[in-house]
Amino acid sequence: MSDHEYTPSSKFGKWFNDRLPLLTLANHLTDYPTPKNLNYWWTFGGILTFCLITQIVTGLVLAMHYIAHADMAFSSVEHIMRDVNYGWLLRYVHANGASMFFLAVYIHIFRSLFYGSYKSPREIIWILGIIIYLLMMAAAFMGYVLPWGQMSFWGATVITNLFSAIPLVGESITTWLWGGYSVDNPTLTRFFTLHYLIPFLILGLVVLHIWALHVPGNNNPVGIDIKKPSKDTVPFHPYIVIKDAFALLMFCIVFALFVFYQPNILGHADNYIEADPLVTPAHIVPEWYLLPFYAILRSVPDKLMGVVAMLSAILILAALPWLDTSKVRSAVFRPLFRQFYWILVADVLILGYVGAMPAEGLYLLIARVATAYYFAHFLIILPVLGWKEKTTPLPLSITEPVLGGSPNLAAARSDDKIEKSIK
Amino acid sequence: MRKLKNIFFVLIFSVIVINSSNSAEKSPPFLETKWTFKGLFGKFDRSSLQRGYQVYTEVCASCHSMKYLTYRNLAEKGGPEFSEAEAKAIAASFEVTDGPDSTGEMFVRPAKLSDKFVMPYANEQEAKAANGGAYPPDMSVLVKARKGGADYVYSLLLGYSEPPEGVELDDGVYYNKYMYGNKIKMPAPLSDDLIEYTDGTKATAEQMSKDVTNFLMWSAEPHLEQRHKTGFRVIAYLIILTVLVYFTMKKIWSRVEPKV
Repeated sequence: MSDHEYTPSSKFGKWFNDRLPLLTLANHLTDYPTPKNLNYWWTFGGILTFCLITQIVTGLVLAMHYIAHADMAFSSVEHIMRDVNYGWLLRYVHANGASMFFLAVYIHIFRSLFYGSYKSPREIIWILGIIIYLLMMAAAFMGYVLPWGQMSFWGATVITNLFSAIPLVGESITTWLWGGYSVDNPTLTRFFTLHYLIPFLILGLVVLHIWALHVPGNNNPVGIDIKKPSKDTVPFHPYIVIKDAFALLMFCIVFALFVFYQPNILGHADNYIEADPLVTPAHIVPEWYLLPFYAILRSVPDKLMGVVAMLSAILILAALPWLDTSKVRSAVFRPLFRQFYWILVADVLILGYVGAMPAEGLYLLIARVATAYYFAHFLIILPVLGWKEKTTPLPLSITEPVLGGSPNLAAARSDDKIEKSIK
Repeated sequence: MRKLKNIFFVLIFSVIVINSSNSAEKSPPFLETKWTFKGLFGKFDRSSLQRGYQVYTEVCASCHSMKYLTYRNLAEKGGPEFSEAEAKAIAASFEVTDGPDSTGEMFVRPAKLSDKFVMPYANEQEAKAANGGAYPPDMSVLVKARKGGADYVYSLLLGYSEPPEGVELDDGVYYNKYMYGNKIKMPAPLSDDLIEYTDGTKATAEQMSKDVTNFLMWSAEPHLEQRHKTGFRVIAYLIILTVLVYFTMKKIWSRVEPKV
């Protein structure tokens, strides 16, 4: 938070601001002291906001032309692709936008994991982020059902069937979700409604996410607490704004390459076949961004335990601030953690890869090993590392890391500093 | 630790290699041909699209519908670009049932530009009954609905052969090395000189396959040309803007002491 009181210069501004302090908010956002050593991995927060807005705007227009009915959904999508002015552009931006959104969110999450941004005092930001991520997955899954192609239909069947694994009430819950005895028109209409709703829930949570961020301020690559404002920080505008804009434009170039030149490469060909409850596709696979969790689901032989494992794989992240016992945030000063971090990255990539393959033979074996390692990373390696690892000395401030740093951890992250910055 | 990293990379690499050798066993590589619609400025070959329509309407259309296409599409920019008169004449050669009229009766009239392509069968059941139980898929988005896209469709059309020894085929089932499972219920649809091209091109099986695949690619992606054109402009604009913003950023950040 800004340390000084803001007073608008104009009389009307002052009158208005006394009643609704929008100008104070704007001033806070402009002046917001940001660590000046943020690297480009920190630009993905802004990029994600852009993705969300893009999805909402394109989705809004698509919803004006789309018909949520089992008999008409597929042809209404073709109508959008053929007859709606720039419908093809809207749809390809929206479909690829989902992929870009997930690409950005994965980079954002793994940045957080590397630099320890989830640690005290940023646990709430992190947990809000996990909830946003969960909602994103729900929105993406339901959005993929809407074109009512073969993958839509069978993906929906597989995922909703997971609920039937719940003991006693599972079958009833599945029937309740479907609104019938199989995935059908009622399922489609409710998925459409929820797909429309969730982005606005996400938007609300994003506001909270940013609000919670602005209390302690940004973490930074060095991972130490810094005085704000000080010579370690720069005002958000124009320094961070222009840097975010530059990164966003680079991101948009990649985005545009997909939209205009490979719009269907991230999708599945089967989804251009209209849904047919009587014909099961040879391989039912979710979109690429859900593959690691799909691999975890299938690596467990028991259906219920598979669902539990899949959910735990996501929910375990919420406990991460307490599972990671190390007091040092940034991996830069944690030589061992850094190695395990990259192994985790490889592990998740492997899970994603085997998730796209049939669950048999070698793939299944790899999936099981990778799943076991995934959980071991969070439940064994991280807690133990915190005790065992010998970290390298932390610098006293961003501007003075070259001075050799302080061997005294307590000085580098004393609590009264945090309190000051909150005020 | 570095060793561990290496082990993981070897693991990833081996999985990829295993997989690629696996998939190589499943289906042979597609036949190669040059598509004009590929690439940064990819456009359709207009005369190929027109010939492709001829192949579709004289051969494929007896079984395969194209329910998302309208006769006006044939005259639209970025497509076969028949003249409006030609498209009207094409439409008029088909009959559609319209109505009810003011007396409540349905009536048959020649199709207009605004009509959808006339379907070969009244419904899916009739289509199945006429084709030994197999439903000839609608061709509007067929190219996008198959892995491998245009290359796959082109290869499939030319992929018919006698079954290798040991492969038993039922009546009405044919061998095609590009088909999933190698068994297909559609007999080889194209053979040399099956049709006579109105523009005088020699109608070899390869030529017809290529033309009709071009046509199917357009029908699946009717705004492809506009997409490529717009895409190039958008990306050029973004690159210029990115460069400008980059220098602006450098200038602004030069005010702060160099970052660590």
